[in-house]
Amino acid sequence: MSMINYASREINCKIVYYGPGLGGKTTNLEHVYGKVNPSTRGKLISLATETERTLFFDFLPVDLGTIRGFKTRFHLYTVPGQVYYNASRKLILKGVDGIVFVADSQVERMEANQESMQNLYDNMQEYGYDLTRIPFVVQYNKRDLPNAANITELQACLNPGWEISDPQRRRVTPDPYHAGENLVEQIQSGEWVERAPYFEAVAVTGEGVFETLKAVSKLVLKTLA
Amino acid sequence: MPVGAASWSFTEDDFGAIQRSLQQFLYDSNARCALLVDRSGQLVATVGEQPRFDPTAFATLTAADFSANDQLARLIGETEFSSLFHQGEQESMYLADISRRVILVILFDNRTTLGLVRLKVKQTVDELSKLFDQMFQRAQSGEKKEQPNILAGAEDEIDKLFQ
Repeated sequence: MSMINYASREINCKIVYYGPGLGGKTTNLEHVYGKVNPSTRGKLISLATETERTLFFDFLPVDLGTIRGFKTRFHLYTVPGQVYYNASRKLILKGVDGIVFVADSQVERMEANQESMQNLYDNMQEYGYDLTRIPFVVQYNKRDLPNAANITELQACLNPGWEISDPQRRRVTPDPYHAGENLVEQIQSGEWVERAPYFEAVAVTGEGVFETLKAVSKLVLKTLA
Repeated sequence: MPVGAASWSFTEDDFGAIQRSLQQFLYDSNARCALLVDRSGQLVATVGEQPRFDPTAFATLTAADFSANDQLARLIGETEFSSLFHQGEQESMYLADISRRVILVILFDNRTTLGLVRLKVKQTVDELSKLFDQMFQRAQSGEKKEQPNILAGAEDEIDKLFQ
């Protein structure tokens, strides 16, 4: 739930980085923290265990610019990825405006990715939020690793598309981030499906981190427009 | 099914009423500062002495603290803990739920006592609960549409921001 403050002329939005444990959610935030101008970001708060595993959440507020005289302030959160922490993970989703699913590209983590995606869907549904209509992007992280699965496999497994029931939205929509690919299209079975935009990333070096953040922020602001 | 959390808004009049109620409370209780934080972690209002800490981080942690305690309450068979108290050596804080949507945080030091804060906050919680209930009802009945959408037609400007 975005908050528009007319007095301080600020738009505040909440973005949550979701995904399996050790997938790179916190690394995404750390990279953003390290790269943006300190005057446009707040403190990075980490509620983590002694071994630096996220226990509750990480939090980073960043300003992304001004629109119509309103400062756009994004509150970035990560959730604990480990299955064990579902109770606290669910709490962070409250009032979310946009979601980044950080998938671990390694073949061995495919099952963990799927489990986490299902868990995201379930937790959203419990709050009554519709994941297919909320700003949502998928980031395939760790693309530099030799055991990274190829994108086609990852897409088929984690972002195969959801069926579009509204006939008005059944229009081929090209993917602005990947030439020759579509976000909305009719598949071979005749069904119209929509996929979330996806990004390849290597969060430890920062590759793809800002592209992902920009895409989800833009989607969030467009839902307000 | 809603797309996300329901949105709500408050007008300048609402804000004035919130501030008056909190100022009266601060005067009566001798507490230092009162903050209102939305359950999703956004700071809504600050009244009294301006805090010296980062208010954004504070609001986020408050919401997390309250939500975690809410779940703890359920685990032990309570529906909620409607208030929480954290005691420090110099500074203490008292948190109270308002209409299950916002959290009132009172910061106080040894110029007052927990007893007085607790006594005086009750009336403020009642007043604010009424105010917020009215706001949420208004949002649900669709009156909020009177508010102009400041981002309407701003697609180009949004695109430019991310170029």
